Amino acid sequence: MWKFSLRRILIMIPQLFALSLLIFILAKMMPGDALSGKIDPNIDPARIEELREEMGWNDPWHEQYARWVGGVVKGDFGQSFRFKMPVTEIIGQRIVNSFWLSLVTLILTYLIAIPLGITSGRFNDTLRDHLITGYSYIGFATPLFIFALVMLWVFGFQLQWFPTSGSVAPGLEPGTFDYVASKLYHLLLPAFSMALIQTYSTIQYLRNEIVDTKQRDFIITARAKGASETRVYNNHILRNSLLPIAAFFGYEITLLIGGSIFVENIFGYPGMGQLLVESITLRDYSVVTATTLLFGVASVLGALLSDIILSIIDPRIRIK
Amino acid sequence: MGFLKVEDLKVHFPIKGGFFGRTLGYVKAVDGVSFNLEKGKTYGLVGESGSGKSTTGRAIIGLNHITDGKIEFEDKEITKIHRAKAEIRKDIQMIFQDPYSSLNPKKRVLDIVAEPLRNFERLSRKEERFKVQELLELVGLSPESILKYPHEFSGGQRQRIGIARAVALKPKLIIADEPVSALDVSVQAQVLNFMKEIQRELDLTYLFISHDLGVIRHMCDHIGIMYKGRFVEEGTANEIFNEPQHIYTKRLIAAIPDIDPNKREELKRFRAEVSTEYEQAYNDYFDEEGLAYGLKPISETHLVALPEKG
Amino acid sequence: MAEKLLEIKNLKTSFRIRDDYYAAVDNVSLTVNKNEVLAIVGESGCGKSALAFSIMGLHSRAKIDGNIYFKNEDIANISTSKLNKLRGKHMGMIFQDPLTALNPLMIIGEQIGETLLLHNKDMTKSARKEKVINLLEKVGIPRPEHVYEQFPHELSGGMRQRVVIATAIANEPDLLIADEPTTALDVTIQSQILDLIKDLKEDMNSGIVLITHDLGVVAEMADRVAVMYAGQVVEIADVHTLFENPLHPYTRSLFNSVPNANEEQDQLHVIQGIVPSLQNLPREGCRFAARIPWIDASAHETNPELHEVQPGHFVRCTCYKHFNFPEESKEEQQHGVS
Repeated sequence: MWKFSLRRILIMIPQLFALSLLIFILAKMMPGDALSGKIDPNIDPARIEELREEMGWNDPWHEQYARWVGGVVKGDFGQSFRFKMPVTEIIGQRIVNSFWLSLVTLILTYLIAIPLGITSGRFNDTLRDHLITGYSYIGFATPLFIFALVMLWVFGFQLQWFPTSGSVAPGLEPGTFDYVASKLYHLLLPAFSMALIQTYSTIQYLRNEIVDTKQRDFIITARAKGASETRVYNNHILRNSLLPIAAFFGYEITLLIGGSIFVENIFGYPGMGQLLVESITLRDYSVVTATTLLFGVASVLGALLSDIILSIIDPRIRIK
Repeated sequence: MGFLKVEDLKVHFPIKGGFFGRTLGYVKAVDGVSFNLEKGKTYGLVGESGSGKSTTGRAIIGLNHITDGKIEFEDKEITKIHRAKAEIRKDIQMIFQDPYSSLNPKKRVLDIVAEPLRNFERLSRKEERFKVQELLELVGLSPESILKYPHEFSGGQRQRIGIARAVALKPKLIIADEPVSALDVSVQAQVLNFMKEIQRELDLTYLFISHDLGVIRHMCDHIGIMYKGRFVEEGTANEIFNEPQHIYTKRLIAAIPDIDPNKREELKRFRAEVSTEYEQAYNDYFDEEGLAYGLKPISETHLVALPEKG
Repeated sequence: MAEKLLEIKNLKTSFRIRDDYYAAVDNVSLTVNKNEVLAIVGESGCGKSALAFSIMGLHSRAKIDGNIYFKNEDIANISTSKLNKLRGKHMGMIFQDPLTALNPLMIIGEQIGETLLLHNKDMTKSARKEKVINLLEKVGIPRPEHVYEQFPHELSGGMRQRVVIATAIANEPDLLIADEPTTALDVTIQSQILDLIKDLKEDMNSGIVLITHDLGVVAEMADRVAVMYAGQVVEIADVHTLFENPLHPYTRSLFNSVPNANEEQDQLHVIQGIVPSLQNLPREGCRFAARIPWIDASAHETNPELHEVQPGHFVRCTCYKHFNFPEESKEEQQHGVS
């Protein structure tokens, strides 16, 4: 298993390199830069050109890239143009917020999806199954940003059960119980909005997998042994059906990143997604490249994690 | 003139593994196999799973990469010729094991049977249709079935469609890889009878690959017994079934269930004898790696894998 | 005198297709005695596997009519929980395909052990492991301690079938149902597995229902044979009688269509037409009539029944008295002319 994981990790290196190159080139291809709109029109264009030269923005792209990667490897993402402070510092706070939001969303997703998927698969083609499948289709069809807005309007503004922006109530001391509770309180509504929409894939996956596994020969073997239905489900069907869910885990993380960009903006939640959108509009390159790169790394890590989980639970992979 | 000559054929598959997926070794699926096919006859290739019999067949038709060796078809070397391009490949066709999965379920019978025609011959639509109908009639299906899909046919009928496709280009050699293994006995009888008929009619040569010794005996003139990628014995059907020389062949023949329930005790004793002989004489018939030796002739047609010394 | 173990009476197993029920097993009556092998022979779609599944109660959506007496108790429609006390303990099943019959994610020891665990609640874990290793030894698996920890994909087909057998016999069942146990195996492995099943039968004194399409396997294994066609038993006899004097046209056709390793035949007998699908089964008259069209309609009964032609030998429909292969009748005619 260690050999497998290590090899899998080594494969990531060229992946990450390609990713960084792509991100850098795309960022450079965006029209305009931080100086083109932001600076006082009274300033002499020659001075702007001078500034560009000073920043090294007129150097050949590969030199700029080498400079950037060199920094990234040392943990230095450069300076933010907008905040006038190191990108690392800006991201530091936000990445923690985004991490918690993702984690809670993920937990909620699985808490909703697994029981529903199991019920749906076990009692397939019954009323229960139709209701659950119906829900998951609605989830599939509803755009997240509309659903999130509705949630915000209903539970945030109308009922006022949840806060409508921010990640923590102001004035609380970090580390205290109240602080943690407030953090959780703030991310509950966005996490729920995302989870309710994102469960569909897991539900459908699990349902189909169970319906499939139910008809496999070894399930008949288990029944012929005299195993009760409960035992057949718990010991034979579920374990085999959860395999693809584990394999899907990596993709789930990618979905989460996509979702968080909408949700964080809508709920005014200061995370990476919100930062990314703001930075793009302001052409704050160093921040854009850094956040995109980190999102990419998260996806690659998610895929790695799926493979490792899979190799632990599926003995057929473990051997290779 | 030789019809099909296979000389020292080797097909080795690399085993990938280790840290960077290096090649750690080779699976010697086929490891030095030589035999000749006579025109108009049926040559049976027998062996258990993993013996390399199917790989041999696939290598001849160009579906497997050949590691070493030589294949001559009507005195022309065809070892290195690419499958799809060569005119010569028209003359060699294949029938597959599973009539359920070897026919594309989304294609109509017309398209399935016409596929080889489209690859090699330029026919007008009308000509093509006529040709396919003719072929279907030849295999005993109604010409109207050209517009049907494979799922509308029974297993035996599907295998006939497979055969119609195989004979479309008037091949000289057909490689049949377990053509009846997926079929019920009564359907199997149908397909086997039909294969014999069409052989006479079109002067076909078969390389018949099977694990079923009853079917092999029924169909074949010459038989080669394979074990772990090598031949252990080769001879006429009579020689193999009535005077098997190699202990592996003996064991294989002894394992065939006898259709006469009165012979149970006899068969049991016979199997016990063969099994004892197999264990005692194992080292005389197999080398240190458990592989068969090279074939030595013991009569004009009968060859047995024996060690050099005799 | 033979002791009756299983008695099936007028069993009808029907499946619902759209709004109608179609019987895959239609009015089948059979008995199996202790220490006896009853072979059920037929081609795919004849209902032989559906019959095996009915006995084990493994159909999830089938309507079962009639009675299945197992040790004098009718188990045809008992609850799953009652059934679960019998399955694995008093009745064991061996499946056709050892590649799919085992759970890919469970070690061998755990899979065999499950049968023990389910029916011997107070067996300790170590006692269970010991028993499993004994079982592995019994079915001829080398290095049982090692195999205990292995996963199915690490074993060959023959070894996996031995594991399936070990699972089926773990609690020494009175009745063993073997559904095409060697069809997926090579011939040398087949003879080993058949020998193993024979030895186990002698050991445990149990009754065996052997489902197969292979007449050679029947000749080697069976005490009695039931031939099935289109959901019905068409002929039953002890194995010697059936092989020496087969009577039903279907049985005879079947014998003539198998290539025989001992004999030279140029052409095999081909049964005309095709096996009817479940929905197209003829429900009236002789079900085999359509496949022997040269036999006059008057030869068949309107409601074909099993006739006892000699003690223990039953044949369905009177058509067997008038049956001749077309080749034979041609020869006769030629004979008559010359």
